[in-house]
Amino acid sequence: MGIVMGTFSLPNKQVNYHIDTADDDMEMTMASHRPEGLNQLEAQTNFSKGELQVLYRGFKNECPSGIVNEETFKQIYSQFFPHGDASTYAHYLFNAFDTAHSGSIKFEEFVAALSILLKGSVTEKLQWTFNLYDINRDGYISKDEMTDIVRAIYDMMGKYTYPVLKTDAPKQHVDAFFQKMDKNRDGVVTLDEFILSCQEDENIMRSLELFENVI
Amino acid sequence: MAAGVATWLPFARAAAVGWLPLAKKTMPKPPVDSSSRSDEILYVNVSGVRFQTWKNTLDRYPDTLLGSSEKEFFYNEDTQEYFFDRDPEMFRHILNFYRTGKLHYPRHECIQAFDEELAFYGIVPEIIGDCCMEEYRDRKKENQERLAEDTEANELTDAPLPPHSTPRERLWRAFENPHTSTMALVFYYVTGFFIAVSVIANVVETVPCRPPKGSVKDLPCGQKYELAFFCMDTACVLIFTFEYLMRLFAAPSRCKFMRSVMSVIDVVAIMPYYIGLVMPENEDVSGAFVTLRVFRVFRIFKFSRHSQGLRILGYTLKSCASELGFLLFSLTMAIIIFATVMFYAEKGTKSSSFTSIPASFWYTIVTMTTLGYGDMVPKTIAGKIFGSICSLSGVLVIALPVPVIVSNFSRIYHQNQRADKMRAQQKVRLARIRMAKKGTVNAFFQYKEDRVLGDRDSDCTALCVKNRSAFEHQHHHLLHCLEKTTNHEFTDEMTYSELCMTESVGFRTSRSTSLSSQQGATGCCPRRARRRAAMRLANSTVSVSRGSIQELDTLHIKPTSIPQQTRSSLNAQAGDLKLNCGEHDFTAAIISTPTPPANTPDESLPPSPAPIPGILRNTRATAYTHDTFKISSL
Repeated sequence: MGIVMGTFSLPNKQVNYHIDTADDDMEMTMASHRPEGLNQLEAQTNFSKGELQVLYRGFKNECPSGIVNEETFKQIYSQFFPHGDASTYAHYLFNAFDTAHSGSIKFEEFVAALSILLKGSVTEKLQWTFNLYDINRDGYISKDEMTDIVRAIYDMMGKYTYPVLKTDAPKQHVDAFFQKMDKNRDGVVTLDEFILSCQEDENIMRSLELFENVI
Repeated sequence: MAAGVATWLPFARAAAVGWLPLAKKTMPKPPVDSSSRSDEILYVNVSGVRFQTWKNTLDRYPDTLLGSSEKEFFYNEDTQEYFFDRDPEMFRHILNFYRTGKLHYPRHECIQAFDEELAFYGIVPEIIGDCCMEEYRDRKKENQERLAEDTEANELTDAPLPPHSTPRERLWRAFENPHTSTMALVFYYVTGFFIAVSVIANVVETVPCRPPKGSVKDLPCGQKYELAFFCMDTACVLIFTFEYLMRLFAAPSRCKFMRSVMSVIDVVAIMPYYIGLVMPENEDVSGAFVTLRVFRVFRIFKFSRHSQGLRILGYTLKSCASELGFLLFSLTMAIIIFATVMFYAEKGTKSSSFTSIPASFWYTIVTMTTLGYGDMVPKTIAGKIFGSICSLSGVLVIALPVPVIVSNFSRIYHQNQRADKMRAQQKVRLARIRMAKKGTVNAFFQYKEDRVLGDRDSDCTALCVKNRSAFEHQHHHLLHCLEKTTNHEFTDEMTYSELCMTESVGFRTSRSTSLSSQQGATGCCPRRARRRAAMRLANSTVSVSRGSIQELDTLHIKPTSIPQQTRSSLNAQAGDLKLNCGEHDFTAAIISTPTPPANTPDESLPPSPAPIPGILRNTRATAYTHDTFKISSL
């Protein structure tokens, strides 16, 4: 009788198995990370001391533990694009930022990427973009990789667009891109082809200077 | 925008570099940021207590008082600080919100004072962190209930009817709130009285009265004074029927009313009488009829309209149903087990009353609830042993769950309250997020409109520009870049569904030539900047400054494209344009702001959205297209 009573006095709520994993994550992120000194960072990047201070204060405020993991990264990026789904592109961005492939972005990595993007030379920016597109880091951008990236960008537009988004729009976009970039028509774009083609296009050259006044 | 996002904007903008090689169109110019971007320390003086913080910290929440330009109203030039004549104790919490992103509710403060401070500083209470949210909500609800009770006590007699209410509304109100008018109160008491009379009559009917002269058997009073009881029953049923029909007539939603519990009880209470009237005086059938009279006892439930306590009891039973169900289930299990055991233990004995397992159920129930009628008794030793185990465990089975149920009930009751609160809170949170998203989206559309207008008229641009913060500028520029990268634009749901509709309609109504050329046009006429401007203008009915607005007829938007007016595109594909794009314009059916044809060559050349929002009337189409092609031949 007691056994019967015992088995039935368990609460009929679902046992939450997710609590354990969340705790583990909490423990990992609790260990905070301190970046290198201000002088070192100033030497390594193109930012001034004042700019680094502002950047770090904002970074530390948002992530007191000193590192950003992919989930947080995706959430932050999604807030800028309320129309559509920014998580896929954020995933690729995260991989591009996370140069050490540690699964989380530290302040140094963050600042290094920003330094290239905002204050780097044209070649550096193009190199960084190539790195972003080359998902598997093999030195070549294949059509599949490009299609993934373009689809991720189109996902950010969301559903309500004008003109109405057709299903093969990403594919057309990728075809046009390869038409322009793939000089030797071997189906992949190498870094040199990429840089060369971009330098020939004055639109791209002009727009690369657009984002420099961000800080 | 959500909290703290302003910090990440530089990162998002930098990440946009990744789109650049893919962009189909040129990127728009970034907003010029004239204000100084260096961080500085601000001084905030709240009733003499001086707080210092970074400007960036306050800028994290641009839709609050301290984060927006509203704080400039409180700036004191002499002392170079922001002075607020408010409570410094509360301000500490407000400022911590800016610093940490979480708003905490100080438990020792009065909830209303806290709410007022939040309202002053433009902070919505929903941002309160989870750690303090429950406490906040509980206190707030308590406060509100207390206030509600006070006001209710004050306005017991008033609550005037809304003017021009129909008799039906008045009737419904009289039924629901009997104390609003004397007639309603009278009716309320009369029905209550008749319910009581009916129930008592039902009871007394069965009491044995002295038999009439000449008979020995005791008769129930119902049969002796049959006529009297019948008259009383008729009167009660008439009143109940009248009341039910009145309620049905007055109910705002008849279907909902008929499905409600009280109305079902009403129907069940009066049905037996009518069925009895209809049924013939047949001996066989009257047996069933007698059973129906049992349902008359349901009239007692009609009291629940009159009694608050009954309603609360019903509600608590309903909310505790799962626990009660569990008790019932465990009891059933125990009964089945013991009944089986007893049956097999007593199977051998002669003249055993344990004839079957279901028959043993009765014994088990009577023993477990410690009633012990003694009508079924085990005779074998094994039977007696199991019988005693049964009665001992009965005590446990019955006694143990009761406090569990009581505590469960109180826990479930509070938990239900909390679950409802959380659900409401979640709904509010989601709604707020959706509204914030919508706000961002709308702000972006507004920005694009302003850009369209602004290109024409620099004064207008300046004004519109001032209203937005630097953050918004840059965010909108970012979204604009995304649009250019993909060569599609953001629209809202309405326009999108219109588009889908007209696309399907447009294909059907347009000529076959234009159909094919429409599809061809997507390749040859890639730029639809004018379309966008046209739709925006058409939808918002903004009058265009340049040119003259002829008419704005039926806004029949079709996805036709208008050739780009820039020299480069026209020169590049003049031939194609001439052949393919010319056809479409016939299918467009809206008036635009056509400048007189002579002006078009001059005004349409600059790349900015020229005053040809591309919606033309059929009659003008020919002239327009010819003008266009005049340009292309230049």
